[in-house]
Amino acid sequence: MAKGILLVGVGGQGTILASKLLTIGLMQAGFDVKMSEIHGMSQRGGSVSSQVRYGDKVESPVIEKGGTDILAAFEKMEALRWLEYLRPDGKAIINNYQINPMPVVSGKAEYSPDILDELKAKAEVTVIKAFDEAVALGNTKVLNIILLGATVHMMGLDSINWNVLIAGEVKSAFVELNQKAFARGCELVR
Amino acid sequence: MKLLTGNEAIARSAWEAGVQFASAYPGTPSTEILENITQYEEIKSEWAPNEKVAMEAAAGASLGGVRSIASMKHVGVNVAADPLFTFAYTGVNGGMVLVTADEPGQHSSQNEQDNRYYALAAKLPMFEPANSQECKDMLAAAYILSEEFDTPVLMRTTTRVSHSKSIVNCGDRVEIPAKPYKKNPAKNLMVPAHAVKRRTVVEQRMKDLAAYAESSPFNYIEQGGRIGVIASGMCYHYAKEVFGGKATYLKLGFTNPLPEKLLTTFFCMVDTVYVIEENDPYLEHWIHSCGFTCHGKDTFPPFGEMTPDVLRHALKDDKLPVIEYNRDLIVPRPPTLCAGCPHRGVFYELGRHKDVVISGDIGCYTLGFADPYNTMDTSICMGGAFSVGHGMQQAFEASGQKLRVVGILGDSTFFHTGINSLTEVLYNASRTICIILDNRITGMTGHQENPGSGKHAAGDPALVMDIGTIVRAMAIKNVVEINPNDMKAVRAALDEALAKDEASVIITKWPCVLKKMGIAEKAQFGNPFTVKCKVDDEICIGCKLCIKSGCPAISMNKSKKKAEIDSPQCVGCGVCAQICSKQAIMKEEK
Repeated sequence: MAKGILLVGVGGQGTILASKLLTIGLMQAGFDVKMSEIHGMSQRGGSVSSQVRYGDKVESPVIEKGGTDILAAFEKMEALRWLEYLRPDGKAIINNYQINPMPVVSGKAEYSPDILDELKAKAEVTVIKAFDEAVALGNTKVLNIILLGATVHMMGLDSINWNVLIAGEVKSAFVELNQKAFARGCELVR
Repeated sequence: MKLLTGNEAIARSAWEAGVQFASAYPGTPSTEILENITQYEEIKSEWAPNEKVAMEAAAGASLGGVRSIASMKHVGVNVAADPLFTFAYTGVNGGMVLVTADEPGQHSSQNEQDNRYYALAAKLPMFEPANSQECKDMLAAAYILSEEFDTPVLMRTTTRVSHSKSIVNCGDRVEIPAKPYKKNPAKNLMVPAHAVKRRTVVEQRMKDLAAYAESSPFNYIEQGGRIGVIASGMCYHYAKEVFGGKATYLKLGFTNPLPEKLLTTFFCMVDTVYVIEENDPYLEHWIHSCGFTCHGKDTFPPFGEMTPDVLRHALKDDKLPVIEYNRDLIVPRPPTLCAGCPHRGVFYELGRHKDVVISGDIGCYTLGFADPYNTMDTSICMGGAFSVGHGMQQAFEASGQKLRVVGILGDSTFFHTGINSLTEVLYNASRTICIILDNRITGMTGHQENPGSGKHAAGDPALVMDIGTIVRAMAIKNVVEINPNDMKAVRAALDEALAKDEASVIITKWPCVLKKMGIAEKAQFGNPFTVKCKVDDEICIGCKLCIKSGCPAISMNKSKKKAEIDSPQCVGCGVCAQICSKQAIMKEEK
């Protein structure tokens, strides 16, 4: 059975780059890999997901409900939105970060303070503060690579040479920063 | 070996197959085909103003002797149908393939039409790839078939094929020399006397293609258990996920015409047969017409994607166990106009007028229908805003309903077919007010160049077709061009147009906040997006008027009962500052 990794977040948070690095790493490690994303229609500010499946042989690029081994949520309400895709014995990495959806911004709905508690009560959850960690590294944009590091470590995929991969895919000025972010992500879930 | 999306694989395959000309109009999920082709210098790749033009240019390139490709989303083929149907009569010179990217599930589309019926109706051979490797292999085969059978070929992908990545074995480019052009009006000029002869050629061609369908390497049986599954495209992988080794599969990759002998062989091998396909029962009807009995849309939904969980649900199979949790805590997160979007001010001002009906169009600005603006009544198709609006205005006037219609569309949509729509309004002396939101780029599909944006598809400079100049040349009296972030100007332009008993055109001109601008363009717009706005807590009275701007960067701080601006998102467009009646919001340098 193929393994499933689901990266979810809000349009603009960098899930696409994270999933790109993840899938190239998996391919280079010899796995069959498929990845599915829905983009188009001005997804900025909307709920987005990247679905990655890998194993000896992968048929569907789409993860079924209950078919995710690791749910990596770049925003906490998105973790809850996609929780039905997590296997009951799967693991979730939650970035403890809040981005208000438009109904909350416009005052028509409330962003519940109980989201993290609900997640912790229903699933095996590791909460990290990737945004604060990215700030500490000097660039909020590497939040996605911190979460990638955490995901990879939790899946036990550390033997792949991610640093070489990052160097090949990221602009040279940002390679070291992204490598640091990746290492920090691994540490946070160790 | 590369990990490619279906769209990337199609682009790669076009390059490997020696294609020399590519044309497209952007549309999800097809856009990245042409975007990726632009990286190959050997292929002249172009954005066309619309899909009809793209199809015509690709047909012309084929007649001229080179291999060509046109790509578009499913609804784009409606626009391109006119040349497509007759190009099927003339046939090709260099091979020609039209890629239609359909959208089961309507992730980014206004309908869910099944474009496989275009292959039937126009009498075209058709391929349906299931993954990126097949995208590459089938496109290569399509060019050989196109030239061998003298026909344009339809390739039909779906969103999950176009946008999912899988591993592809890549090759090198093979140069295919251009076939010399020879004048041949009997074949290429479709007056009735010629076309009536070509009509019989088309029928014979479909008969000849039926033999190819039987021997095509893309139609094959994969033997397993006694359950039979017939599937094309991504549905094949979904079915394998659910049925695994329990089933024997008839995998169909070449689907017009269908291989009837292979179907007979297959039906002898299995008991119950399921036909699994997205959108309409295209395969199912064909199989029924051959006299076979199968399950299809009696079992599976007639719409949406046939993902494994949908199949399991329809088959009443055991679904995977899931976590139960409190979904009431989840708030929907629809896409929104970005902070600094130049459309914001127009929709805010339009929302103040209660006696107007707003005829919209397709682009980011369609989001004007949503909260907090609620300023769009209808949106049907690309370029339709002004002509649909014109018809509504006629109906209101004929029936004495005191409503004024405002049509609204964007710059790329104007060039697409909005220009025809505006012609309708002006020629027929309509009172419809026409607003063109020129944000200097094709925004919604992810920033493709267009005839007004100053660059070609590959990024090299192009002549700028100025919308204001074009509109003025169309013999209309009332044309204004305004900065949409200047709320006074927006209000004045709308008030003035509404006061007149005739049509007006309002052109707003300001770049999309996400646009990568060159030095000259930055200078033209006074180096925008470099300041921030902030709220002065001393002055803010917490009236929430600024929240009605719908900007994702501004919200109420509940404990302070004051408005608050999220500085990282803000680009200082100043719309909220102009909406605030207390001057509590001001700009600050970054």
